[in-house]
Amino acid sequence: MPDTLQSTQTPRPVPAGADLSGNRATQPAVEFRDVEIAYGKFVAVRDFSLAIAKGSFVTLLGPSGCGKTTILRSIAGLVDITKGRISIGGRRVDDVPIYKRNIGLVFQSYALFPHKNVFDNVAFGLKYRNVSKAEIARKVGRALEMVRLPGSEKKLPSQLSGGQQQRIALARAIVFEPEVLLLDEPLSALDANMREEMRVEIKKIQRETGITAIFVTHDQEEALSMSDRIVVMNAGSIEQIGTPEEVYDTPATAFVADFLGKANMLAGKVSASTGTTATISLAAGQSATVVSPRPLAVGDAVTVVVRPQKLSVGKEQTSNHLSGRVLSTSYLGGSVIYEIDIGGGTMVRCHTAINGKPAREGEVIDLGFECDGCVLLDANGRRIS
Amino acid sequence: MSQRMGNREGRWAWRLTGFMTLLVYIFMFAPIAATVVLSFNSSMFGGFPMTGFSLQWYGKLLGNEQVLAAFRTSLWIALMTAVVTTAIGIVSAFALTRFEFPGKQALSTLVILPALVPETILGVGLLVLIKAVDQPRTLMLLVLGHILLAVPYVVLVAQARMVGIRRVYEEAALSLGASRFSTFREVTLPLLIPAVVAGALLAFTISFDNTSASLFWRPAGVETMPTQILSMLKISISPEINALGTVMIVMTVGIPLIGGLILQSLTKLRKRREPKEEF
Repeated sequence: MPDTLQSTQTPRPVPAGADLSGNRATQPAVEFRDVEIAYGKFVAVRDFSLAIAKGSFVTLLGPSGCGKTTILRSIAGLVDITKGRISIGGRRVDDVPIYKRNIGLVFQSYALFPHKNVFDNVAFGLKYRNVSKAEIARKVGRALEMVRLPGSEKKLPSQLSGGQQQRIALARAIVFEPEVLLLDEPLSALDANMREEMRVEIKKIQRETGITAIFVTHDQEEALSMSDRIVVMNAGSIEQIGTPEEVYDTPATAFVADFLGKANMLAGKVSASTGTTATISLAAGQSATVVSPRPLAVGDAVTVVVRPQKLSVGKEQTSNHLSGRVLSTSYLGGSVIYEIDIGGGTMVRCHTAINGKPAREGEVIDLGFECDGCVLLDANGRRIS
Repeated sequence: MSQRMGNREGRWAWRLTGFMTLLVYIFMFAPIAATVVLSFNSSMFGGFPMTGFSLQWYGKLLGNEQVLAAFRTSLWIALMTAVVTTAIGIVSAFALTRFEFPGKQALSTLVILPALVPETILGVGLLVLIKAVDQPRTLMLLVLGHILLAVPYVVLVAQARMVGIRRVYEEAALSLGASRFSTFREVTLPLLIPAVVAGALLAFTISFDNTSASLFWRPAGVETMPTQILSMLKISISPEINALGTVMIVMTVGIPLIGGLILQSLTKLRKRREPKEEF
């Protein structure tokens, strides 16, 4: 689907209490209003406003230290907020201690109680909720079936593999039907194969149970593949909120463009502009004509953001042409990633299907991209809309 | 070439190190070995040469009412000290590792301080204090004194273990709905068990073989094992003392050893089987 720049949304900054549930009129499962979290003088999160729809899967994505885990812990009540407020299911929880918040928490390090067997681990939350013994046994059994580890009740965590432990941790967090499930980088301790399997598994369980899930990760693939909505964070603030397609195809800022998928950033100046297109003379020497959502002033500094996948190799019928020397070739079997010096000290990445023989290092190749295959950023790194 | 030279030098260095180590160990354990060996000597005089093997001195000990009374006293004091000190140690280690409060650093140092003050000074100090408030020397005071001596060590042991218990376990328990107290009882305390056992054994041992402070604090007419040995030495060097010393050694070395073994077998039981391969 060709992305048209005109149809992008998600204004910035996000207005207080921005409703992400679209046209659903139900109360958000979790809501932040103007939240600030500071440790002494260091402000970890500022002006954070977000509403998370019931039953949705929302990912907080950002580099380490961006405040995503702090936000997650503030929902759990493990971190105190210094300003604003947090509500879970319409109930303000700023002063509610963690053990009365009814949340399910899954940790990166699993955090299964090492001295308790699987049954006692999973049953732990139910014990504090006035559930009868028979009911506990039934619910634990069902939860273990859900994570595909039935019959493991008597095992100790040390007898399970990492993937199995994380499944048990998941079962423990959902068995008492919490209002919201918080997942703090739950996959990053697993090896690559297990990670992909668990990704699908977690998503499936979230769908089946209809639980609201908030997932924290620094891995863009996890975020893109699992989420209904992604909240991209940087340095304690929200950079962009949107569906995976929105944040990937129409990044709101240079940070988002770079963090998700390492986009090519081609700096340049506007040399001509009509109402719908702009011609940019690039710092690398070439010139490109691209779709522009509004007329631009000639001479303005802009950045053309092109995804590595939107760059094609060869003299095809694309509207814009570049050429450069191949610096490196990464052969991936079905596709290939080139790093190409297009002059002026600009290096671009091109991820393309293999057409014939892949180009060698040092070879000069032609590149092209469509006029609507890119996003324009202004001098401040914001998307022009 | 130079490497071979290095190897030869290295070999000699190792031999020398080994030899020195051996000397140090002999120096450390020869007196203990002498005591133990001589306790089985049949000779009337508590010294070398050995004249024959005999258990008579152990028999004599069992018939010595004074020694038995001292043994019972020491055992009772050590048990009391172990129980109370462990409780104090666990709670203060928990507070000192899990909470932030003003003066925490100072408090942390203060808890350890009695271990740094010479025991004789502590002994005199407590004595002066109870004189000042006009209290008699009682058995309870002796127990309190021993607790004072043992608390720093138990806090250190418990604190070391506490630091090793990752906070996520407690956070997980809290998130699942357990109150702070339930979390401590259900999660923190069971994970602290090795420190609890080690702390209790340490406290027991510290109390059981304490001599100098006990000399100051014991009420008139009460003897602990070490003070009993001292007063027996004033009269004569009897082989009976060697036997008594051996009993002391067995107690103070054996109890922590057995405790450690029990602990080890417990953790082994828990990790009986290695994790299976991925499903």
